[in-house]
Order: sequence, then structure tokens, then C-alpha cells
Amino acid sequence: MHSTLSSLSFSQATTVPRSNYAFDSHSPALPLSKPINLRFCGLRREAFGFSSLAQSSSNRVRLSTRGHSKKISASSADNGTPPKSFDYDLIIIGAGVGGHGAALHAVEKGLKTAIIEGDVVGGTCVNRGCVPSKALLAVSGRMRELQSEHHMKALGLQVSAAGYDRQGVADHANNLASKIRSNLTNSMKALGVDILTGFGAILGPQKVKYGNNIVTAKDIIIATGSVPFVPKGIEVDGKTVITSDHALKLEFVPDWIAIVGSGYIGLEFSDVYTALGSEVTFIEALDQLMPGFDPEIGKMAQRVLINPRNIDYHTGVFATKITPARDGKPVTIELTDAKTKEHKDTLEVDAALIATGRAPFTNGLGLENINVVTQRGFVPVDERMRVIDANGNLVPHLYCIGDANGKMMLAHAASAQGISVVEQVTGRDHVLNHLSVPAACFTHPEISMVGLTEPQAREKAEKEGFEVSIAKTSFKANTKALAENEGEGLAKLIYRPDNGEILGVHIFGLHAADLIHEASNAIALGTRIQDIKFAVHAHPTLSEVLDELFKSAKVKAPASSSPVSEPVAV
Amino acid sequence: MASPFLSNTTTISFASSLSSTPLPRLFPSVSSAPIRFSSTPRRILTVRSKIREIFMPALSSTMTEGKIVSWIKSEGDVLSKGESVVVVESDKADMDVETFYDGILAAIVVGEGESAPVGAAIGILAETEEEIAEAKAKAASKSGASTPSAPSPAPAPAATSAPAPPKPAPAPPAAEGPRKTVATPLAKKLAKQHKVKIESVVGTGPYGRITPADIEAAAGISPSKNVGPAVVAQATPAAPPKPAAAPSNLPPPVPGSTVVPFTTMQSAVSKNMVESLSVPTFRVGYPVTTDALDALYEKVKPKGVTMTALLAKAAAMALVQHPVVNASCKDGKSFTYNSSINIAVAVAINGGLITPVLQDADKLDLYLLSQKWKELVEKARSKQLQPHEYNSGTFTLSNLGMFGVDRFDAILPPGQGAIMAVGASKPTVVADADGFFSVKNKMLVNVTADHRIVYGADLAAFLQTFSKIVENPESLTL
Repeated sequence: MHSTLSSLSFSQATTVPRSNYAFDSHSPALPLSKPINLRFCGLRREAFGFSSLAQSSSNRVRLSTRGHSKKISASSADNGTPPKSFDYDLIIIGAGVGGHGAALHAVEKGLKTAIIEGDVVGGTCVNRGCVPSKALLAVSGRMRELQSEHHMKALGLQVSAAGYDRQGVADHANNLASKIRSNLTNSMKALGVDILTGFGAILGPQKVKYGNNIVTAKDIIIATGSVPFVPKGIEVDGKTVITSDHALKLEFVPDWIAIVGSGYIGLEFSDVYTALGSEVTFIEALDQLMPGFDPEIGKMAQRVLINPRNIDYHTGVFATKITPARDGKPVTIELTDAKTKEHKDTLEVDAALIATGRAPFTNGLGLENINVVTQRGFVPVDERMRVIDANGNLVPHLYCIGDANGKMMLAHAASAQGISVVEQVTGRDHVLNHLSVPAACFTHPEISMVGLTEPQAREKAEKEGFEVSIAKTSFKANTKALAENEGEGLAKLIYRPDNGEILGVHIFGLHAADLIHEASNAIALGTRIQDIKFAVHAHPTLSEVLDELFKSAKVKAPASSSPVSEPVAV
Repeated sequence: MASPFLSNTTTISFASSLSSTPLPRLFPSVSSAPIRFSSTPRRILTVRSKIREIFMPALSSTMTEGKIVSWIKSEGDVLSKGESVVVVESDKADMDVETFYDGILAAIVVGEGESAPVGAAIGILAETEEEIAEAKAKAASKSGASTPSAPSPAPAPAATSAPAPPKPAPAPPAAEGPRKTVATPLAKKLAKQHKVKIESVVGTGPYGRITPADIEAAAGISPSKNVGPAVVAQATPAAPPKPAAAPSNLPPPVPGSTVVPFTTMQSAVSKNMVESLSVPTFRVGYPVTTDALDALYEKVKPKGVTMTALLAKAAAMALVQHPVVNASCKDGKSFTYNSSINIAVAVAINGGLITPVLQDADKLDLYLLSQKWKELVEKARSKQLQPHEYNSGTFTLSNLGMFGVDRFDAILPPGQGAIMAVGASKPTVVADADGFFSVKNKMLVNVTADHRIVYGADLAAFLQTFSKIVENPESLTL
């Protein structure tokens, strides 16, 4: 029990940066020193200030009505005593990917479920994150391929100058988002999930308000997600200084764009922008680009994704002041040395994208009504996603999943946490192993990972006294990769040679994001290397990269007597 | 392959560890043992100079050559033992290669992106700063001509005869005191690559920033267009269209194309061809049976008669009967009848085109004509032709028959009335008036003429005469 807890908090400190559209290269990755905490808080305020007009105005409405509704609840509900019968078995606040995953599983478990959404169904991922960005990356991947004379020649293809229509690309992203959004809405409607429109807030135990309505539920899940995080001193105007929310609309393609933050969001956008002809300057607070990645993978990614492209970078600096282009002046960025805090340089660019991570969207959620205090905006939870109040006690029947709890800011992690909660409320104890949640960055080629990085694994090994081994394979030896003329790539396995436990797998190469699941499933199911190495892979496929990887590991433990050893005649 | 490593015990063990590794595994020893290159003391010089070569290591047992992915260290960097210096791509993987020695990376012999066989020197390591110069000299001799990116003491031979003149410095964009230099990421990259001092470049981009094009201009290279994809359609044009540098409706050069200026001869051809557009020309073709001519050719060939001479003679004899085809139109108002029949014959020569002239071809006999032709060709090859030997033609003959061309169309050279394009003679089935089929050698002749003076009927009559002469070629030898 204790060890699970500690490993989870460990993962909070170290794996948070691995999020897709939920990545914070500044705060969690940095040692959490005082000034940074302070900054973060300031930033959070900023972030809300800059969230869309509609959002902030509804915030105001909600805030002004809260006092009023409180009175109602006090008079009608026996001074906060929970109601005896409920409108719903489960209410989820926030219809993002996390809420959606929880709702679907709840229906499957026979729960009467409602989901409250104040904006659009689908949340960040579908509307302003993973989904539209994949549309842009699909375009950038093709552009990159068509522009690579060398690559085309090697395949014997001839293509005359490739070009693009910006509006067409933007429409593709927008159409994809609306399509996925309606899919999500329809899937919930078809299953009988009530979609309640309005901003949800918690009034008291098992009681939620949305708009002017009050509903009760046996269990409540907070799944309100996050918004782009904008450090103070940065003025976002939505045109020349933008966040991922604006960038995904692709309203213009600047000649030169500075990207603040070189995590997932920044990397993916650098892939899009350079493929569309922009030059990119990265600004990274840490001493090296791509913090949070396994160092070896990061090094290779830099060699392939940064150095040969029209990208330069400044590391170890904060963008302390960014002024949008106005009065005939370009966007100016003041860089301050991260260590000495001295002014270092001033950049003049055409646009700046703020990709410094995401801040939880938990303000105005009524958490004070149940005595919960957020930590840097995040809702404190235990390893079962149960909300912890200011006194360190669990709040009964209240859970928080996804970006709002900050454990692992990934869409699919939120969904997995939601499913885990539904399992618990329907009587089966369940704890999600966050180390089995894969993460991916959809650059060309892609980067994916699951579990620990090499330094993390070595640190853990030191503490717990076991040995760590590394195995690697290259895409250069994979037939399918060579057929595609995409031999650039590396898969890395971090494991325990004594018992064959997989500690981490990192892949950089063609379709890495699709390849990682063999490893993440193995970790989730506890499959050991000495067993999985006997699994058969179709030839020739990219999956043989992992086959090769597992086979090259040197494990001392013998293969276990397989649970599926019964021969099947064919 | 192994010989460069023999002097070093450490590398021997390295080599042996490689050979003991099972083949199919890709990263046999990377994780456990870092790959290091060996460097042996120079053999020619005495050992005390301590200049070492960095060799292309064998990273796998099947590796015969490796490509330098990147140099982690730059020239002049101080290296300490065990540091990664260069990334090498073998047939199977990219690997960091470490140094066994402390020293200074004096010179890079094989640049990034280039390949070298296993065991070849890819860089030079000097022990002290004093030895750098010597090491560099050695590197220069090593690199030879095949590795252009390798540094050499002499400036790299310029591909173009003269470097582009430095751009006249435009007026500074704004006189608001000293401004810092702003260069785009690609501009900086190019400046490093072409060794352009970025401070010395005047930016012409937005807000006076230095763009990749500015660097290319400063480096005197033609701009590469593969900077980025073209934006095909812009829904809302953000800026007014850029004024073109020179008004031209030509498409931009294809990336990677090279520009080779015309030679004098090619310039002359170009000028004449453009001039020819002012003449209204038309074409008339005619099939000519050549069985008799071919038979004659076989007979006179041993006497040094060429087909060109035969055709020139036949044309000249036909021109005697049709002087208008031998005339020219100088001013658009009159016929200029030429007193002599001078047959110019188009000859491809050294990438150019010249038309040596057989003067008085109607008067000279076939043998003299052939001899004359031989002399002219000789002179043309050695560029000794006198102007009157190539610009006095009154009628031009162009023959591509020897290439198997069956028909083509020639452009009328300025100052002449007609040009004859001769195709190959080929066996053809013909039916005569009685319906009898036979196979005859037929050759298609196509004449281009100036319609201001030569009309269709003139040309047709001329061709008919020409055809009769060719079909009864005995007269040619008279």
C-alpha cells in the first residue's frame, strides 16, 4: 500500500511532463522551488484572464449566483446533510475524454449517469488539443515527405513543388474536431447518458449545481480538465502571440515563430510549422531541449527533429516578457537567464506560441463548499482518485480525474482514471498503474514511451537495490521501415535482468505511437520479457522492432510455465 | 580493416568483442561498452609530434564503410579521453564514437553527411595547440579533392569564374541608432555553413532582419528555393504581392538546377534563332527514292565521297534550275538573287552548331566538293574557319538521317531563302501506277522557305527537280 502511494507520488513528480496537450515544461519538471510555485500561481490567474471571453463571462455569472444558490441549498437540504435518494448514480462534471470514458463505463456497469458540460462536448483533446493537432500533423507529415527530394528520389518518385492551401489545412483540422465531437456526443446519447448543459459546481456532499438547476448523485467525478498555461509577463493577443488553442485554428503561418517550451506541444507544432515553411526558434527554460524524454531518445530526436530543420533554440532561459506585434513592430521576446535571472537577449519574431504546459481548470468549482483546497490549482486526490480535503481526509463520494488532478496530464490517462473510479463505485477495488500509461508525441517520426526513463529507472534501482539493463534495436534493421525508406529510429528497453520486469520502453521512429502498446500492455498485465519474447509478430512489420527488442534482452529468469500452454490444434 | 587497429591493444579487444557478438543482434555492445575509435601515431613522421588520425571505426562485423552523421565536437575543441566526438552511421545504427586520447580536434577530414571506408582517417587529433597547423596540413593532404567540405588551407576553388560582386549596401532600414543584428534560424545555419560573417550582412527582411536569401547573396550562391513549400492559395492575402526583382514571367528555376552561360558560338546561335522569328516561313515535304543514289554512293565512297557532298551537289544542281530558292529577301521589298550557289551544311560541333559553306557547289565536281568538305570540317573542329567559310551560304542543308531521324523541320537561318532538312532513307513499300508493289528506299526531304520570296509552287518544283536528280544521280558525277 505504502509503496504504491510513494510510487504514485513519484510518478506525479516525474511523469507529468509526458502529457500530450497537458504538458508543463516549466513547473513540474523543475525542482519545485519557492519562486516557481509563486510564479505558477500568478500564472494561473493570468491563464484565466486570457481564457476565451465566453468562458470568463460565464465564470462571472457563475460566481455571482453562487451565494444565492448556497442559501437555497442550506434551506432545502438540511444544512448539508446528504440527500437520501439521488437523481443519478453518477454525475461527471466535464465532458472531455476523461468524463466520456467514465460515462461509457458507468453505463456499462448499469449506473444512471449524467455528464455536465459548460462548453462543448469533447473538451480540450477533441476541440483544442490532440485531435485537431493530429489533422495538422497528418498534413505536415505528407508535406515533409513530398518536399524531401532525397526521400522521393530514393523511392523512384518524382513530384513537382508541393504546396498547400492554408485554409484547406485549417478546415481539415476543424472538420475532424467536429466529427469526433459529434461521435462523442452521439455515443453518450445513444447509451442514455444525460448531457446537462451549464457550468457545474459542487454545492455540498453529493450535490451539484449546473446553470440554475441542482441535481444529486450518489457519486460525483470532477473532470474539468485544463487550459493553456501562460506564464506572467506574456501578453497573449490570439494573433501574433498565441497558445495551442489559437495555433490549432491555423489562422496564419508566420515566416518565423518562436515556440516557448520544447515539450510535446512545442515539438508537435514545430513539426507542423517547419513543414509549412516557417522557421522556428525554441525557448526552453531547462538546459536542454525536450526535457522529460529519455535522454538518449531526446538526443536522437534533436538530431532528427531539430538540427536538420530550420530551427534554432535558446535553452536555460525564460521568456519573461512577450509583447505582441503592434504599431509596426514585430513580436518582441525578452529572454532572461534561468539561473542568473539576468536579461540575456531580446528576440524579434513574427509570432510566438506559448507551449509552456497546461494549468488545471478548477476555479469556481465550489470546492470550498466541501473544504477542499487546490494545490497550484490541482485537486488533491489519493491513488484511487478520491478527493482529499484541507484536513487530509477523504471526501466521501467525490473523485477527480484527468488534468484537474495533475497526476498525468494525458487524455487517455484521464479516461483510464475515470474507468478506475467507476470500478470502485460499483464495488470492485481498482488502482490504475500510471507507469503502464503510454505517451506519444506525434512528430515525424513519432516518439513514444511508457514507464520509466533510464535515469529514473537507475535511481529507483539504486534505492531498491536491483540491477538495470538496457537493450536497444534500430529501425535500420527493420524490413518494413526500410521499405518505407524510414530507417531512422531507435527502440530502447529498460528492464530488470534478474526477473525480466519491463521498467520502461522508449521508441523514436516511424509509427512509434502505435508500436508502444505492446510494451504498455505488457507492463499493465505484468508480462515479463522472458514470456513476451515468445509471442509471434507478422513479418514484415514495424512491430518486429519490439520483437527484436524483447529478444535482445538478456534475462536470467526462465520463462514461466505459460498460463496458455495448452496446445491448440489447427 | 583490422590493420589500423593492430597497434592498439584496446581496440583489439574491441574488435574481438565484435566478432564474438552474434550477427543478428543490432546493438551488440553499445549499451555495455562504448565504442571508441582508435588512433595510431603517425607512421611517416616521428612519434613525438603526437598527431593522431581518427579512423572510421568498424561498428559491426558487416560494416565496410560508415557515414558521418554529425560531429559532436568542432575543430579546435579540446577533447578528453572517453568523450563522444562523432556520430557514425553504420549499415545498422548510429553510434557515438568516443576518443581514446586527450587532445585537440585539429581538423575534420570527412565532413557531416559524407562516407568513408572503415579504417580511413576521418579527423586529425593534435596533442597540443602548436601541432594544429601541422595537423591541418595533413588533413588537407588527406582530404584531397573528393571531400569538398574538408577544410584546406587554400580557398575552395570557386565553381563560378567570379564570385558575385558584393551587393551594394542598401540604405539602413531605419536611422534609429544602433540596432542589434536579427537573423532567422535558417539564415544563421546558412551563415555557419557558408562561413559568412553574419554581422557583415545587411538584412533585407521584415524589420531589417537577415533572411536566408541575404546570406546566400552574401555567400555569392544562387538562392535555393527549397526553403519552404509554396503557399498555393492564401484566403486573405496578408501583404501586397512582393514586387518582383526583375520583371520576368519565367518560372523560378527548379531547385538544384545549374546555370551555364552560353559560349560565343551558342550565343550566336541563340541570336540567329530569335531573329528567324521575324521571317514568315512555310514548309514543304517530299519523298525521294534513293535506291540509285545509294548505289552510286557505294561506288564513289572508296574515292572519299561522302553522302553530305552528294546531297549538297544534288541540291546545288536543283538550285541552278530554280534560282528563286537560292535567292534571299534582305529588306522585305525585293528579291536578292545570288550569283553563286553556296551550300551551307549544318554541323554539330563541341556543343555548338556551325554551318561550313561549300562555295559554288554547282560548279565543283563531286570529288573536289568532298575534299573541300573534309577540309572545312577539319577547320571547324579546330575552330579555324574564316568568316566567309561559314557565313556565305545561300542555301542550307541539314541532315539528321544518320541518326535514323525520318523527318524533321529546320529553322530558316537569317539571310537565306530556304533550308533543306534531310531525313533517313528507309525501305518503304510503294505501289506504282499499275498497282505493282515494290520496296524502295525512300527519304523524306522537308524544305523551310521564306514565303515572301519563295512560294509553294516554287518549292514544289524545286523539290521535284531535286528528286529527279537524286533518282537519276549519274549527272552528279559529271
